[in-house]
Amino acid sequence: MDALTIWLVILAIGIPTFLVRFSFIGLLGRLDDVPDSLERALRFVPAAVLAALVAPEFVAPSGSLGNVPLDALAGGLVAAVVAWRTEDVLATIASGMLVLWAVRFWPF
Amino acid sequence: MNRDAFRAGVRDALPLLLGIVPFGLVSGVAAVDAGFSLAQAMGLSVFVFAGASQLAALSLVQEGAPALVVVATAVVINLRMGMYSASLAPHFREYTTRWKAAMAYVLTDQAYALSVARYRGGDVDKRPYYLGVALTLWVVWQAATVVGLVVGGGVPESWGLSFTVPLVFLALLVPAVEDRATGVAAAVGAVAGTLGAVYLPLHLGLLAGGLCGVAAGLLVDNPDETDDAGDETAAGGETAGEPPRDADATEEVSE
Repeated sequence: MDALTIWLVILAIGIPTFLVRFSFIGLLGRLDDVPDSLERALRFVPAAVLAALVAPEFVAPSGSLGNVPLDALAGGLVAAVVAWRTEDVLATIASGMLVLWAVRFWPF
Repeated sequence: MNRDAFRAGVRDALPLLLGIVPFGLVSGVAAVDAGFSLAQAMGLSVFVFAGASQLAALSLVQEGAPALVVVATAVVINLRMGMYSASLAPHFREYTTRWKAAMAYVLTDQAYALSVARYRGGDVDKRPYYLGVALTLWVVWQAATVVGLVVGGGVPESWGLSFTVPLVFLALLVPAVEDRATGVAAAVGAVAGTLGAVYLPLHLGLLAGGLCGVAAGLLVDNPDETDDAGDETAAGGETAGEPPRDADATEEVSE
């Protein structure tokens, strides 16, 4: 991606993001809540998007399901257990990276 | 401006920094991987200031996704903040538009969750408290991004430092799975996102996975049980909440 495109992408993400944040605070302060149907849908965005971000990186980081790399899969699984138990960002990163390195650099 | 309320906000934000600092470092590293210059990386961090969408955009740029897909994916990720904006609007009603704009700019998951919890208890000067939380997060986020940029450039590729990106998302995913319906949304998002990453063109997998997950969540959701959904979402960001159920940590292997 060239420099100009990168800047345009930054603005094209930044401006709508600000407008979403400003929407009800700045413009629609009279409404006490979002329409119910929208709120119901938005509730699922974090779980759905985060899962869709995470899963391919662990099982298909090369963009193919044919040859699943053991290091990413093992690191991901261990980190998933740690994340679930601790809900701690630092512990999740540390455990995942340690297992990734152990599998990747271990002289089997 | 009430200094005590501002200080209270700063103090309440401090424990969150344990999560924000590594997240910011990773986003700096990801910016190096995506080929961003220092100015571009800081531009992204300052203009967007929304970690999950920044990381997703950087991953997509690094994989060579088209600009439109990068933008659409990042914006969809940030739509959830419309929910926070609506929830905070009644509390900020009395402030001038300029203050409202400034406060909207620094709105994050964490600033929302802490402020709404404190407002519910009543008895706090709302603007300085909110700014105490939000500005602390803003400053630390920008600083951590810079450190990540500098450090990330000096680490050999074989260390797989970019693997920290999905690990951060994983740590954010767990509290987002707060009941059965969000668990289903996550499981479907994981499977659809993986299949989309492998088979869909233009790196549309993330967008497709996210939308499929939301649709699945809506399908299994029982509207009668979601009267307090906003409260659950608010608490999910930073408290342990209820332990995730069956669909929590196994979705990575579902495909």
